[in-house]
Amino acid sequence: MDIFIQQLINGITVGAVYAMVALGYTMVFGIIQLINVAHGDVVMFGAMVAFSIIHALSGAGLPPLFVVTIATACAIPVCMLLGFAMERVAYRPLRNAPRLASLITAIGVSIILQHFALIIWSRNPLAFPQIIAVESFHIGEATITNVQLGMIGISTLIMTGLALLVYRTRLGAAMRATAQNAPIAGLMGIDANHVIAMTFVIGAGLAAIAGVMVANYYGIAHYTMGANLGLKAFCAAVLGGIGNLPGAMLGGVLLGVVEALGAGYIGDLTNNVFGSNYQDVFAFIVLILVLVFRPSGLLGERVGDRA
Amino acid sequence: MMNFRDHPKAHWCGIGLIAVALIILPFVLASAGTAWVRVMNLAILYIMLSLGLNIVVGFAGLLDLGYIAFYAVGAYTYALLASPHFGLHLPFWVILPIGGLVAALFGILLGAPTLKLRGDYLAIVTLGFGEIVRIFLNNLSTPINITNGPQGISRIDPFSFGSFSFAKPESILGLAFSGPIKYYYLLLVVVIAVIFINLRLQNSRIGRAWEAIREDEVAARAMGIDTTRIKLLAFAMGASFGGVAGGMFSAIQGFISPESFVLVESVMVLSMVILGGMGNIWGVVLGAVLLSFIPSFLRYTVGPLQMWLFGHMVIEPEVIRMLVFGFVLVLVMVLRPGGIWPSAVRRRELAPSEDGARG
Repeated sequence: MDIFIQQLINGITVGAVYAMVALGYTMVFGIIQLINVAHGDVVMFGAMVAFSIIHALSGAGLPPLFVVTIATACAIPVCMLLGFAMERVAYRPLRNAPRLASLITAIGVSIILQHFALIIWSRNPLAFPQIIAVESFHIGEATITNVQLGMIGISTLIMTGLALLVYRTRLGAAMRATAQNAPIAGLMGIDANHVIAMTFVIGAGLAAIAGVMVANYYGIAHYTMGANLGLKAFCAAVLGGIGNLPGAMLGGVLLGVVEALGAGYIGDLTNNVFGSNYQDVFAFIVLILVLVFRPSGLLGERVGDRA
Repeated sequence: MMNFRDHPKAHWCGIGLIAVALIILPFVLASAGTAWVRVMNLAILYIMLSLGLNIVVGFAGLLDLGYIAFYAVGAYTYALLASPHFGLHLPFWVILPIGGLVAALFGILLGAPTLKLRGDYLAIVTLGFGEIVRIFLNNLSTPINITNGPQGISRIDPFSFGSFSFAKPESILGLAFSGPIKYYYLLLVVVIAVIFINLRLQNSRIGRAWEAIREDEVAARAMGIDTTRIKLLAFAMGASFGGVAGGMFSAIQGFISPESFVLVESVMVLSMVILGGMGNIWGVVLGAVLLSFIPSFLRYTVGPLQMWLFGHMVIEPEVIRMLVFGFVLVLVMVLRPGGIWPSAVRRRELAPSEDGARG
């Protein structure tokens, strides 16, 4: 039971990050039906930029929380710029092209981003400075750290903010209108290009924060970290129902929990034939199961086959 | 392009010239160093892989991002059946078809649950599938040691007929045939067979069915095409080419590990198909040759150039190669979606693209 609670806590923590990244996928997909494979690499850039800033400030004797905040504050605009540029240069020219064309472009963008990061930050895994002192709190036999609490708290706050933005502001209304029917939204005076660019920018901002959190949590940053994380976040978005904001949040947390519990119990269940090194497989199995049995996801409304 | 079919003599002369060029090519390359023959052999393997992927992506329009998994399946099948790892040493002409079949089986395994999905979902699932296969290759060393984990399998048998081994250098009629040169001829025969099969497939009932599905699945179904079966067939056939290529890769390298079958390799093969021109066999061959020579080309140009300019390596050629692949995908899609040598169908489609009427 203690293992269960412990893995639940770990799962929710990682799931919160998945949810933040999944939101980026789901918003972009909702509005232009593109699976932006390069979104994971934006997360990686966020982590990398934060790494450089923390590294540079580590000798200055500033309070750790302040340093991390500064680093995140620098990572967000860099990622936003990246998201904006990506949309402008690679995706906008292909807006009316067949869907596979833009997906292939997205893969290209992903490869380019990864290797630029490699050039800037080297091909070796970077030890992300653990400047925030970890404190543990006990819940029965399980423990939860201040970092985990912080991650869960911050992502809850940000996701609430995003929900307010999308459902309560003019920009949010414009985004929803464009997602529903872009030409009609255009007739109502909404500048689709602007709205789509803003979607990319907001998604990239979330990605930056997620990147800092995940790198700080695992203590490591690497130029390929975005690929795997992005893939899992995409699985989370599909699990919740792609294009659906609450779905992405739910899917992210659920996927994190499934993964953590799976990794915690697979050894016992299979008599140690399979170990926790198969952890990465769960996300894909979830993805395939969802797509086969409930393609619209948990919260998504049934959309007809638009292919 | 001039139509050679109207000039049978010119047609056959052209084919003869190309044949002679292909036959003397390894000796020309060998004079520059055996390494170049190896690069050429690898290029031929990539041609086979690209043609296999072209069936899935180019003909049937199903984007497969985990294609390298089938290559891995073929390679591991060969390695397990012809190495000291299990003490099995079956002859290669037995294993290669088995490798092709096993890969086809994996193709069906992947295709069956996912083919109802829309194109872009399918792409992501295949991506996940490729990763799953790699994770299993990495971890199936316990409890029973099947794949030997990250260490991979070494001392894989080379191809041999009786006492004639493809790995040993030999002198025939006064000409020095090194191992790679012998493999070159074998690969050449196989790749010509593969190209021939592809050309026949494209104009067959199946090929036309694939094209119909690519253009409009609903209409294809209305025309009486069993879309699920035909799509599965595309997956299986594409996979089997990958499997056979994997077996040959295994034998030529003599060593394989999960490291050779990472996602980046899938992207590389995809870039070859895209650059050459999805759906056009000759375009794909061209794309594969161009991109497989890039690593060696960069090693001999960009490397020394940087040493000369800066005195040390600023950007490794390996990284530039990946950037090239990335830019190929983006630029081809944005500027010339049909590839450098578009297929006839696509050229027709793309012709009125000025008014945005793209298929």
